[in-house]
Amino acid sequence: MAVMTVLEAVRTALGEALDADARTFILGEDVETGGVFRATEGLKARFPGRLIDTPLAESSIVGVSIGAAHYGMRPIAEIQFADFIHSAFDQFVSEASRWSYRTRGESSLPMVVRTPWGGGVHGGQHHSQSIEAYYTHLPGLKVVAPSFPADYRSLLRASVDDPNPVLFLEHKRTYRLIRQEIDGAAAETVIGRSRVTRRGGDLTIYAYGLMLHESLAAAESLSAEGIECTVVDLLTLLPLDVETILETARNTGKVLIVHEDTLTGGFGGEIAALIAEHAFEYLDAPVRRLAAPDIPAMPYAHAMEAFFMPDRDKIATAARELAAY
Amino acid sequence: MTAKERRPRSKETIDQYLLSEQQLEEMYETMLLARRLNERMLALNRQGRAPFFIGGTGQEAAQVGAAMSLKRGEDYLVPYYRDLAMNLVFGMSAREAMLNLLAKKDDPHGGGRQMPSHWGVGSRKVVTGGSVVATQLLHAAGIALAAKMSSDPIVVLTCCGEGSTSKGDFHEALNFAQIHRLPVIFYVQNNGYAISESTEKEMPIAHVADRARAYNMHSASVDGMDAIAVYQTVKPAVDQARRGGGPFLIEARCYRLGAHSSDDDDSRYRPKAELEEWTQKDPITLFRRRVETDKVFPPEELDEIEERVTAEVQDAVEWATNQPDPAPEDALGFVYRE
Repeated sequence: MAVMTVLEAVRTALGEALDADARTFILGEDVETGGVFRATEGLKARFPGRLIDTPLAESSIVGVSIGAAHYGMRPIAEIQFADFIHSAFDQFVSEASRWSYRTRGESSLPMVVRTPWGGGVHGGQHHSQSIEAYYTHLPGLKVVAPSFPADYRSLLRASVDDPNPVLFLEHKRTYRLIRQEIDGAAAETVIGRSRVTRRGGDLTIYAYGLMLHESLAAAESLSAEGIECTVVDLLTLLPLDVETILETARNTGKVLIVHEDTLTGGFGGEIAALIAEHAFEYLDAPVRRLAAPDIPAMPYAHAMEAFFMPDRDKIATAARELAAY
Repeated sequence: MTAKERRPRSKETIDQYLLSEQQLEEMYETMLLARRLNERMLALNRQGRAPFFIGGTGQEAAQVGAAMSLKRGEDYLVPYYRDLAMNLVFGMSAREAMLNLLAKKDDPHGGGRQMPSHWGVGSRKVVTGGSVVATQLLHAAGIALAAKMSSDPIVVLTCCGEGSTSKGDFHEALNFAQIHRLPVIFYVQNNGYAISESTEKEMPIAHVADRARAYNMHSASVDGMDAIAVYQTVKPAVDQARRGGGPFLIEARCYRLGAHSSDDDDSRYRPKAELEEWTQKDPITLFRRRVETDKVFPPEELDEIEERVTAEVQDAVEWATNQPDPAPEDALGFVYRE
């Protein structure tokens, strides 16, 4: 066996976490019957009493998790779609991210909030969203966004074991799309570390989630043209692996940051600023960002959705221009 | 005079209180200490020694009567920013209260990271909270859920004002707690005002307790100016929750005798006559009158308590003033637990 999809990796990690620690439990909408994406399928039978269906009330899912984590449990919450998480934003901003700080570490919150994010599934405005820009602005919270199944498994386990609140982002388009031979595959076990997935001397592409896979596909086709790319899988967005970002930027002198979120105020701005601030002397071209256009949300109709999302062709075009600079 | 000598003329009355003499003494002393601390804190603010003050004057009976219904060291208190008296019941000293007001380095409620009156001490089972109202009610539900899952026989009491009962988190918390029949008491101190807004502007119903009907939840409304009545109402609810009877919504009808905070001028919106009317029902005066009438304590003993409290507050101010302030770079620590 050992070939897993992203979804199977998540489900496997959840089962392992429930098995490993009696303090863990899962709560969320429809989780008892497996959830809308089937991430918790089969777990209720294996772990009776440790999956809790909640009302359709996201603030209560996160707020109750905070209380349970403070008490000493290790709640693993599911927000059905990342687009629905905003009614719980206050619980992240005003409460969870500040808990350790304001108690001077006397109490911290070992809790995970998992949520499917991202587009490319004809999910329209409210089932496609990228939310990382809001949540990476919250020191005290950790934000993890893997790309490969092996990392999903190991980093979800690490998130459950982490004493701090973790927002764990699962790209829904990759759930069944991305498969990987798990045995022997690289699996990051430490939150806060990025991985150089591919080495090339012409430029570096930074991405996460579905865009990491699109970037790798672009890098492959560019290689046939003689353009060699380094591709960094960021894995954790907060706290960010500054060292790996700067090392790769300095090595290649040209950088392309790709994300699915809209451009202005998007997470790419932070990476661009880091590189401009700390690797300026090494740059041979302006920092380039490829992101969705600044419109309120991802449209539903196929043509407009495709127009909104960066993909391997758009990435390759941007990388070619950058390589030629 | 010893307790034994007093008992013959007051025992019957005391039995009706459901409180021991010792508890009644604690009740009075704690209410009085909270009052004197609040008065002194406001004075320190006016002297420019504390940038901010928010108090609970007028709510001492509502707080002490409720907090004394809990098992200290076992039950959880998830307070809001007026609950000074509740924290005193749960073990906070006058010195510690002043450390918190003055945002000193060793303030155990965060060492100056939050505004004063945002209490939380893990070992005491008092849970840290913020200033955004009603968020803490969900934490209380979560603690109660965890306790129930762990088969721990504890009760969680969480507080808010009536203004908080319009927030979504209030309703989400009641909804969740009742679905799972959690051991949590939602204790609403209806003090008549949310900053400048009187209750008619805050909610379309007369009594906060009526909100429980939407959740099929037990509820009660009690005279929050009467510490003994509060205890007699909250204690059975706590006992019932501990036995698995589910959550309770309790409204304590009290009054905010002070302004919202040190930055508020309540004369802009509060009728003078109303304030005077409620001042007549001052919970501490009321308590003293009652125990004196019932001859629970001789007046001189109550005077002794008064002297003790005054000395304690004076000592606390002097002591806390001389404690170290946090260093600027202390701001950087504890963002994450390692």
